[in-house]
Amino acid sequence: MRRFTRWTDQRVEDIIGNLLRAGVILSALVVFVGAMVYLARHGQKPVDYRTFRGEPSDLRHIRGIVEDAASFEGRGIIQLGLLLLIATPVARVAFSIFGFALEGDRMYAGFTLIVLMVLLFSLLGSSLS
Amino acid sequence: MNILEFTGLVCAGSVIAGLLGSLTGLGGGVVLVPLLTLFFKVDIRYAVGASLVSVIATSSGAAAAYVKEGFSNIRIGMFLEIATTIGALLGAFLAARVSGNVIATVFGLVLFYSAYLAGRPRVKHAFDDIPDPLATRLKMNGSFPEGEGMRHYCVHRVPTGFSLMFGAGALSGLLGIGSGAVKVLAMDQAMRIPFKVSTTTSNFMIGVTAAASAGIYLNRGYIDPGLAMPVMLGVLAGSFIGTRILVRAETKWLRLVFAAIILMLGGQMLYKVLAGRI
Repeated sequence: MRRFTRWTDQRVEDIIGNLLRAGVILSALVVFVGAMVYLARHGQKPVDYRTFRGEPSDLRHIRGIVEDAASFEGRGIIQLGLLLLIATPVARVAFSIFGFALEGDRMYAGFTLIVLMVLLFSLLGSSLS
Repeated sequence: MNILEFTGLVCAGSVIAGLLGSLTGLGGGVVLVPLLTLFFKVDIRYAVGASLVSVIATSSGAAAAYVKEGFSNIRIGMFLEIATTIGALLGAFLAARVSGNVIATVFGLVLFYSAYLAGRPRVKHAFDDIPDPLATRLKMNGSFPEGEGMRHYCVHRVPTGFSLMFGAGALSGLLGIGSGAVKVLAMDQAMRIPFKVSTTTSNFMIGVTAAASAGIYLNRGYIDPGLAMPVMLGVLAGSFIGTRILVRAETKWLRLVFAAIILMLGGQMLYKVLAGRI
């Protein structure tokens, strides 16, 4: 039984490892594409990050980011890539719940669920308001 | 400076930060924010947002390699992530309430502390195998590959570790760093988890912790795509090179150089706050 549990642990970890790598590579590619569009269109403009203004509201919310990216806006595509990057650890945690449940470890499935709730609260809760 | 030049320079700086961070195991965040605020004159809130994004990238990238080696303990990590993610939410909320000066001051102090941690020789503690009842109930004790066999270890002082992790999460959310140093401190020193297990488990926790504050950062407009783009791609490239070129070489002198750099950056950060230039 113990041997079986360890094998499952390792199997779940392998899948998670691949999931993380895929998420990072995908988001880096999307950010890179966005960067090309952004730099080609705005590369010659002056830069100013000295004073904090905050991003325009369309780049703060999931819906606005997706809309901007769909209309091939450079900054929107980059932001979509960053959103994918932020979603990667969230997907990892979600998959861990599945992994613990598969092993019959209810206590840890519960702990992981708490972590997922906190992450979703941050990502969706503040974004919907 | 136009956007093209700025992007190129920030990207180059981020490659170096990512390289140093992965070679010393301290992460790029602690160098990035001072680099952006002191040399590129970026407002600290934008700097913190960009740094946080790069922290998720490097942590997820490295964790993919570590989980296969069998060192990291997912149960310890997941349990402590309850503390780090809630701490990170608190830190991110605080970041919106306090002024840039307060963030810069706390950052300066954290830099001093990181320099101290990086510069001092690591204290090895004796392992004991008397199981702690709470850690046993939480199924945290584990084993890791060493030499030819597996070595068993017992986890201790779970409540202390849990509280320290809450602090690590809050710092991460406030400053946009991975605060891996505090996480390793909590696991290695307080909970007596073997160093290799502590560092790899900390690494996988960093990405999840950072994701908890990233949502709030995004919503508050701290994450600027134009700035986060060169930082993320640069740090990712730097840490990738770092893990490739140097796996087993002597890192003692490198840690000392790194300690000196962050000590300097910490001093400069605090000086600028006092001089009223941040």
